[in-house]
Amino acid sequence: MENQPRKMAIIASKGTLDMAYPPLILATTAAALGYEVQIFFTFYGLQLLRRDLSHIKISPLANPAMPMPVPMPVMVSMLPGMESMATMMMKQKIKKHGVASLDELRSLCLEADVKLIACQMTIDLFEFDKSEFIDGIAYGGAATFLEFAGQADITLFI
Amino acid sequence: MNFDKELDARGLSCPLPILKTKKALNDLVSGQVLKVVATDPGSVKDMQAFANQTGNPLLSTAEENKDYVFFLKKK
Repeated sequence: MENQPRKMAIIASKGTLDMAYPPLILATTAAALGYEVQIFFTFYGLQLLRRDLSHIKISPLANPAMPMPVPMPVMVSMLPGMESMATMMMKQKIKKHGVASLDELRSLCLEADVKLIACQMTIDLFEFDKSEFIDGIAYGGAATFLEFAGQADITLFI
Repeated sequence: MNFDKELDARGLSCPLPILKTKKALNDLVSGQVLKVVATDPGSVKDMQAFANQTGNPLLSTAEENKDYVFFLKKK
């Protein structure tokens, strides 16, 4: 007999290309495994709710754990164009290895009824306009998130 | 093994094999069998976990050349 579906709550607080993946991958996979999932996007995580995700980047600067084809001194990482190059290389790798794009993962989230919640406070803080975000998302605050997280079997801060 | 539908998940990395498997299973009727072919080595454990968690039995797992072939039955 079916038990109550398990729940997973995620806070997505980062907006870089590398940190965009964990919440979306975990959410879609959990949904495929039968979890009820909610992702609360706050601070830089809100970037992941924009209509156009092509602006999501990754910087080689202050990322000492990033594998590089050649050793990269910090003085080089900060030069103009290096961020775009790192982003482009990362996107190429992602495509080459058959990893889903952020757009695809986000669409899969919506299809799988993963609830995407935008932090209202962050929107007010950065003066974002709701029209910049995709449709089908909810808006809420910390209490909204905590109500669900309090019952969740898995709660993650990313 | 007989199967009712085949899913080609070759070249796809986690979590796409599982997500596409779930989608493909939605189209099947209870008792039907789905064949999944994947190249992601991680998919072996993932399929097992998927079968355990969702209750759709994994009938068999095999490695053919560079491919992993799974047969799942829709519960």
